[in-house]
This record gives sequence, C-alpha cells and structure tokens, in this order.
Amino acid sequence: MTKLNELTITEAARMLRAGECTVRELWDACALVAQERSLELNAYLELFDADNVAIAAAQKRIDEEGEKAPLLCGIPLAIKDNILIEGHVASAASKMLENYTATYDATVIKKLKEAGALFVGRTNMDEFAMGSSTENSAYGTVKNPHDVSRVPGGSSGGSASAVASHGAIASLGSDTGGSIRQPAAHCGLVGLKPTYGAVSRYGAIALGSSLDQIGPFGKSVADTKALFETIYGKDPLDATTTDSSTYPVRECGEKLRIGVPRHLLTEGIDADLLEAFETTLTKFSDEGHTLVDIELPTSSYALPVYYVIMPAEASANLARYDGVRYGHTARGKDLLEDYVKSKTEGFGKETIRRILLGTFVLSSGYIDAYYRKADAARGLLTSEYDEAFKTCDVIAFPTTPSPAFKFGEKTDPVSMYLEDVFTVTANLTGMPALSVPMGTVVRAGSTLPVGMHFTAPKGAEDVLFKAGAFVTGETL
Amino acid sequence: MATKASPEDVRRLAALSRIEISDADLQSFAEEFDAILAYVGKLEELTLPSVSERVLPAVRNVLREDGEPHAPGVYTEKIVEQFPERDGNYLSVKQILSHD
Repeated sequence: MTKLNELTITEAARMLRAGECTVRELWDACALVAQERSLELNAYLELFDADNVAIAAAQKRIDEEGEKAPLLCGIPLAIKDNILIEGHVASAASKMLENYTATYDATVIKKLKEAGALFVGRTNMDEFAMGSSTENSAYGTVKNPHDVSRVPGGSSGGSASAVASHGAIASLGSDTGGSIRQPAAHCGLVGLKPTYGAVSRYGAIALGSSLDQIGPFGKSVADTKALFETIYGKDPLDATTTDSSTYPVRECGEKLRIGVPRHLLTEGIDADLLEAFETTLTKFSDEGHTLVDIELPTSSYALPVYYVIMPAEASANLARYDGVRYGHTARGKDLLEDYVKSKTEGFGKETIRRILLGTFVLSSGYIDAYYRKADAARGLLTSEYDEAFKTCDVIAFPTTPSPAFKFGEKTDPVSMYLEDVFTVTANLTGMPALSVPMGTVVRAGSTLPVGMHFTAPKGAEDVLFKAGAFVTGETL
Repeated sequence: MATKASPEDVRRLAALSRIEISDADLQSFAEEFDAILAYVGKLEELTLPSVSERVLPAVRNVLREDGEPHAPGVYTEKIVEQFPERDGNYLSVKQILSHD
C-alpha cells in the first residue's frame, strides 16, 4: 500500500471520505517525513506544530459533509516563505525579515483555511524569490530529492523539494520568471503559473509586481488544478485580480492544436531532453492532436527584457525595507546611516545585485535605452503570442534546457539567468503556463526528471490542464 | 548601449540604493554588471512598434469607493509589535530635523 504521505490530493481525499484513513494519520505521515528529511534536504525553514483544532475541524467536516466537503479539507500543504500566514514568521528567506511575524493571512491562505487545508510549514527559497537554484537563501541551500548533490531549481525550491520528498501532499510557490515551473521540472512535479491576476497577491512578499503570481505544485495535474481552483478569483484587496469575464473563453475541441516554435529549439538544449520532448510530441500526434509550426521571433529577446523589467520592479519594491517600521534594524549616527546599515546587513548578494541593476536601468540617462525599450518589447512579445494562438490552443517547449544541475555549477549571474530562458515569457505576457513531467534523463548515474512546458492564452488554464493530463496520462 | 560599469559607477548606484558595498566587492560587482549589461544590451537590435500600436492591459485603473472601515485600533497591537522601537503606540525614530 502507498504510504499516506505519498498520496495525491485526490487519492487522500477519497480515502478520508471512505474512512480508510483519518486527517490525523495523514498529517502525522507528512509531518514525520518532513521532520526526518529536514536536515538532509533543508526544504523547510520551519515545521509548524500540529494545529489540533484545525485537524479536528477538518475531520468533523469530512465526516459530516462527505463528498460535499472541499477536496483540500484535511490535506497537509507546504507554503513558500514569501506568503503570509498570520502569527508565523514570513522571511522570504532573507535576513532582512528573519524576525518578521505576519500580521495577517494572505488571501490564498485565507481561502485554503476556509477549505480546511493544513499547513506543514514554510518552505525555503531564494532570498526574495531571486534565483533559479535556491542557492541564494540566507538559510542554506535546498537539496533535490532525486539527487541531493543537485539543486531543486528555484526560487520555490523548498516547495518543490518538500512535495517531491513527500513531506507535504502539495504546496504553494510564487513565479516571477519561472520560479514554480522550473523547480517543478527539476523535481518531477506539476507546477502552474496562473494567468496574471488570476490569483490574489494580497499577502505575498513582492518581487516584480507586473510579473509575480502565486501558484500550485502538485504530484498530478488534477492536484494542481484542485489547488488552483481553491485559490483563484477576484479579490478586492488586490486590484490586479481578474474574474472569469475579463478574458474571452477559449473553446478548444476534443483534439488540441499544439504550437511548437521550432526555431527556439535549434541550440542550447541537451540532446536527450530534446528527445524526450519530441517523443511526447509524437504521442500527441499519434492520438490525433495536431502539431502546428509557429514563429515567435521576439522570444530570443525575452530574457534580456525580463532582466531589465524584473530588477527595475524589484529595486522599487525592496526600497520599503529600511529598518524603520519592521524587519532588520541597524542603528547608525543619523537616519540615513540607519537605512544604509539596515539594508547592507539585511540583504544578500543577489538581492543587492538586482537592486543595483534595477536602480541603473531606471536612472536618468538609461531609462529610455533599457526600461522603456524593454517595456515596449514586452508588448511586441505579447502580440506575437496572441497571433500564434490564432492557429493553436497551447504552445509547447521544454521547461528548461537541461535537468537539475549540481551545487555551485553556475557561478556567474548570466549562466544562472539562462535557466529561465523558456519560462520568463509567460510572466512577461501574463499568460498562464504549466510544467509537467515528460520523462527522465540520466546524468552521472542519476535519473533526473525533465519537464514539458505549455503556455495558453490568458484565462485558459483549463486548456493547460487538458494538455498536461494528456502527458501524465490522467483523466480529469 | 555598450555600457561599461566601473567600480565608481557601482558605488554611485549603491549610494542611490542606500546600500554600502565594500571596496573589495566593488570590482566583482562591476565585472558582473558588465556581463549582465552585455547580455541585456541585445535589446538594442530590436525595432519596436510606435507607442500608438501598443496594446493596453485588460485590467487597469481599478478604483473603488471608500467604505466599511474596520473599528479603530483592532490591528494596532499586532503592527506595533513589529516596530523596532516603540513609544506607546507610536513608532520611535531618530530626529530628522536639526535645531542648529
């Protein structure tokens, strides 16, 4: 029999309703494994004590409501450390917020609590979500459960590692340039970056406000969908949120039209990873789905565009950490010195690098050449995607060019930034995107998962789930 | 746009950002900056449509009427607890105006 902590949400929900296990047993199974593997993996920054009231309430609700109880009722989840849970520290894996206790629940947490979900702990990440390997955490790196000498990806590396090691049934992360999809690919999970505005960011620690989205990690497409459907929706506390009427409904037939930008796949991708991608595409066409060649000419500029927009927004967002009202506080001889000392001591190196870069691209004399140009290019990129979606339902490419890499392998910033070469476009265009496991490759004796990436038009998450479920062989 | 960053440029950006960078780190930051700017500089090749052709986002200028305020003081203690220094329910900060 599968261990309780290794179940998916849908399997666990069925067993809970059938009385084959209790909420307490499910919690204990996850909490125990999370504890046992915490030193080795460092996926969690903090494991929470069992919330006996919430566990009892979830059990009572399942007993009384049965099938009508929310699917997530009694399900233990892991939450990225940049999402606020009232009464718990939310540090964004930074020294700056080491002692910051959340004074309110993020909207996504409020919704999960209403659904009866439980929280195993808060997960490690790259500081302020800046990174692609979780090597930028102020609290140590996170290990990939498939090979502990390798990174889990980032920035939501802890949320991915926690679920892949079965220390939680599913988790939440945040995705600014690929921070859910890339670790999902590296850890063999399904990860969704929802449409910009689909999920409220109220209570999420901001990195790049025109790019950030909170999204789910799951062991299956069905789990990812269940989490998404619990947390999405318009929120008066986040003015950027959308509702079902914001974007036109996308009708797609039983058979999907898969757009493939062949021109992006000619170089820089590992041969065996590309082979896994081609094999998956062949499965689609064998089942009667159509493969469509598409052109996205501006895509090769997406990463440079991203590395102007994101640091610009990060430098503005992180200006709030000044040692005055909350967070790390250091004292100097005057107020200016208070600011400088607090920031210099509180921020890690990559955070400082991006603040400086953002300050540069926004500074007088450079804002036109960098920020305004990047902003305009972003519009062009979006219209190319819109055009491509006239001939296809989803766009497919590999999530990453290579599988999970070893610690310390990417030492210069640009080579690390290239990890996100395929994923950033969905953030720049605001479109929803999903990574699903498409197979494995072998590196130095380790079998490592690799991911397939689908992008859909805004508001068309359902089309993504359909494409993803085909790859995983699920029936939704 | 082939910008070259000098350690002095990095020091100036750091000052604008209210961050101090040690002399030892200035050089490496400058070198990394050069590499990043060289990569980002690819943007220069792009020809872009005029402003009028750009598409506006679907959701913008979201405003609402003020209303339904919460009872005064219900969040005060929780927020004040996060202050590095407090004086009753006030945030205590350094004097910013000099009487000299």
